[in-house]
Amino acid sequence: MVKVIGAILLAVLTLYAILAGADFGGGLWDLIAGGDITGRAPRRLIDDTVTPVWESNHVWLIFALVIFWTAFPRAFAAVMTTCALPLWLAVLGIVLRGAGFAFRKEVQGVRWQRLLGAVFAFSSLLTPFFMGTVVGAVAAGRVALDAEHSTLTVWTSPTSILIGCLFVAVCAYEAAVFLIGEAAKRTDRRLERYFRSRAAIAGTVAGALSLATLLELRTSDTLLYHRLTGRALPLVVLAAVCGLAVIALLLAGRSRGLRVVSAGGAAAVVWGWGVAQYPTLLPRTGLTLSDGSAPHATLVTVFAVFVLAVVLVIPSFLLLFWLHGRQLLESDEPPTVPR
Amino acid sequence: MLATSREVVPARAQMATTLGFHIILACFGIALPTIVLIAEYLGLKRSDPVAMKLARRWSQAMGVLVAVGAVTGTVLSFEMGLLWPGLMRRYGPVIGLPFALEGIFFFLEAIFTAIYLYGWRRLRPWAHFWSGIPIAVSGIFGALSVMAANSWMNQPGGFTMQSGRVVSVDPLRVFFNRAAAYEMPHMLLAAYLVAGFGVASVYAVGFLRGRRDRYHRLGFAIPFVLAAALTPVEFIVGDTAARAIATDQPVKFAAMEYVTHTTRGAPEYLGGVDLKGHVYAGLRIPDLDSLLVGFSTHTKVTGLDSVAPADRPPVPTLIHLAFDLMAGLGSLSLIPLLWLLLAWWRQRSLPRQRLFWLLAAGAGPAAVVAMESGWIVTEVGRQPWVVYHLLTTTQAATTNHGVIGTLTAVIILYALLGIATVLILRLLARRWRKSDERPLAVPYGPPPTPVKVEAR
Repeated sequence: MVKVIGAILLAVLTLYAILAGADFGGGLWDLIAGGDITGRAPRRLIDDTVTPVWESNHVWLIFALVIFWTAFPRAFAAVMTTCALPLWLAVLGIVLRGAGFAFRKEVQGVRWQRLLGAVFAFSSLLTPFFMGTVVGAVAAGRVALDAEHSTLTVWTSPTSILIGCLFVAVCAYEAAVFLIGEAAKRTDRRLERYFRSRAAIAGTVAGALSLATLLELRTSDTLLYHRLTGRALPLVVLAAVCGLAVIALLLAGRSRGLRVVSAGGAAAVVWGWGVAQYPTLLPRTGLTLSDGSAPHATLVTVFAVFVLAVVLVIPSFLLLFWLHGRQLLESDEPPTVPR
Repeated sequence: MLATSREVVPARAQMATTLGFHIILACFGIALPTIVLIAEYLGLKRSDPVAMKLARRWSQAMGVLVAVGAVTGTVLSFEMGLLWPGLMRRYGPVIGLPFALEGIFFFLEAIFTAIYLYGWRRLRPWAHFWSGIPIAVSGIFGALSVMAANSWMNQPGGFTMQSGRVVSVDPLRVFFNRAAAYEMPHMLLAAYLVAGFGVASVYAVGFLRGRRDRYHRLGFAIPFVLAAALTPVEFIVGDTAARAIATDQPVKFAAMEYVTHTTRGAPEYLGGVDLKGHVYAGLRIPDLDSLLVGFSTHTKVTGLDSVAPADRPPVPTLIHLAFDLMAGLGSLSLIPLLWLLLAWWRQRSLPRQRLFWLLAAGAGPAAVVAMESGWIVTEVGRQPWVVYHLLTTTQAATTNHGVIGTLTAVIILYALLGIATVLILRLLARRWRKSDERPLAVPYGPPPTPVKVEAR
C-alpha cells in the first residue's frame, strides 16, 4: 500500500507542477512583457487564460501537502523544519500572487494596476524558485531526519539552486506552450508567434538547466546520478525526447500536440526523480517509504479519499477545462449592452 | 523525541493571527454561496431583475473573498508543518484524514466557483444556477471536515499508540469524535450567521443613509432572514456545547466560568477580571453556573484546582471575557429576530424604527466578534494542550528560531491584505452605486451585464 500512496503523492505533485506551473509561468511572461502598450496584448491573454483556473489548479498543492503529512509524517516534519525559510518565501509568493489575482483588475487607474501587476508577476517567480530549492534539498539528501533547526546550507547547495532555476524555466516553458494554444484558439497569429518564440527560448533554457543539474549531480551525488542514468534512464530519455519534439514542433510551426508532449516531458522529469530515489523517502537519512509511513489504516483511508477525489474531482476538472476551452467562461470586459 | 520549543509563544500568536483572519473569509466562503443562490433562485423563479442583480453582485464580491480565502487557507496548511512539526510528526496520520477529505471539497468549491463566477454570461440561466449548488454543498462539507480535525484536538480518539507512534487508526472515530457532535454544527451555523448578518449589515447601513429602494430592502432581507432564523438554533447548539465542555474539558470550562475550586452551587460571573483566583468587577449570580450545567443548583462543577497549575490554561480572564462576549452577543442577536417577526406579523413589512436598523447594522460586526471570541475560548481554553491530555503546545511547536520574524511579516502582510480586501469591496460598492447599469471590468467575477431574465 505504501508504494501506491507514494505513487499517488508523486502523481498529485506532477499535476500541480504541470497545471499550476503553467499559471506561475504566466506571471513570469507578464513580468517581462514590456511597457504598458507593448505588453497589453500578451498580458491580457495571460489574464484571460489563467484567472478562471488558477485557484482550482492551486488546490493540487494543498492536496499534496495533506497526503504528505498524513502518509509520511516524519519526513514531512523534517522537511518543514529544515527548509522553513524557503518554504515561508514560497508561501509569501502564493499569498501575494493570489491577492494580486483577486485585486488587480478590480482597481482602476494605471498606477495601481501596474503596482499590483508587478506584485503578481514578481511573486510568480518566488514560489517556483523556492519550491525548487526545497525539492533540491530533499533530492540532494540535505534534509536531516531529526534536525531541530533550519540552516542555509540545507537548501543553498548548487543542486538546490539549479533545481530552483529549473523550476522557473519549466514554468515559463509550460506557460508559453499553453499560451500558444490559447492564442491559436483566438486566432491571434501575432500572439501565437510571440509565445512560440518564447516557448522555444524557455524550452532551450529548461533543457540546458536539466543537463547542468544532471552534470552537477555527477560530481555531487553519484548515487542519484547513477540511478538517473540507470533505472530511471527511460524516463530521462523520454523527458529529453519530449523536449526535443516540442522544439521541433515549434520550429515547424505546429500547434497540435504541443501541450500534451510538453506536459509529458515535465511528468517524465518528476517521475524520473521519483524512480531514481525509490525506495528512499529522504536520501541519506536511511528513511524509506515503508519505515517513514503512517499506519496501514491511514494509508488505506488516504487511498479511499484519493479514489473519491478521482471520481468527483476529475470530472469536475474536465467540465471546467471543457467550458474554459470552449470559451464559455469569460472574464473580459463585456461589450456594452443596450439598455 | 519530543523536543520542547522556546518559540511557542510567537508560534501561537502567528497561528492566532492567520487563523483569526482566515476564519472570517472562510465563513463567507462557506455561507455566501447559499445566500447568492437564494437570490439567483428568486431572480429566476420570479423573473425578478432586482434579485438577479443582487446575485450577480454578491457573486462578484464572493470571487474576491474566495480568492483571498484560498491563499490565507494555504498559509494555514503550511503552518501546520512550519509552526507545529511536533504535532504533525506524531499525529499527522490521524489529524490528516479529515484534512484529506477537506481537500476534495476544496477542489469542488474552487472548480465550481470558477464555473459559476465566469459562467454568468454564456451559461443558460438554470444551468448556471445548478453550477452553484456544488459550491454551497462542498462549502458545508469542507467546513465539517475541518471542524472534525479541530474537535479531534479537543477530544482525541480513534487511534492506538505504541512507544510514541500511532500504530492504528479508526478513521470514522477520528472524524466523528466526541466533540464533533457539537463543534461541527456550532461553527457551521456561525459561518452562516457571520456571512448572513455581514451582508445584511451593508444594506442596513444603506437603509440608515436613506437608500430604501427595493434593491436595498431585498439585499437586506435575503441574508438577514436566513441568519436571524438560524440564530435560535445556534443559541441551543452553543448552550449544549458549553454543557458538554463542562464534562469533556472541565478545566477549559472552569476557565470560561471562573470556577476556581470544585464546588456545588457554583456562581455565574458576568464579566469581571480574574486576579490570582479572585474575581473583581464581575456581576456574581449565586448558584446559576451549577444550574446551567446540570439543571440543579446542587450540580458539582469542576474547578481549576482539579489540575496542577501547569496544566491550567493561561489568562482565564481572556477566556472568560471572550466566552461572555460570545454568549452575550449571541443572546442580543435574538432581539432583531423578534423585532422582525413582530413587524412582519403586524404590518407585513420590514420594521421602520431606526433602532432596528442600527441593531441590524451592528449585527454583522457583532457576529464576527462573537465567532472570533468563540475561537479564543476553544483554542486558548485548551492550553497547555494542543491535543487534549496527549501533547502540549510546547512539544508541538517548531524548534526553529526566528518565528518572531515570520510573525512580524505576517502581521504586516495580513494588515495590508485586510485593508486591500475592504478597500476593493468598498470600491465595488461605490462603482455599483455610481453607475448602476454601466458595464465595467470585472476581473474576479462575472461581467455585470444586466441580466435579461425575460429572455429565458
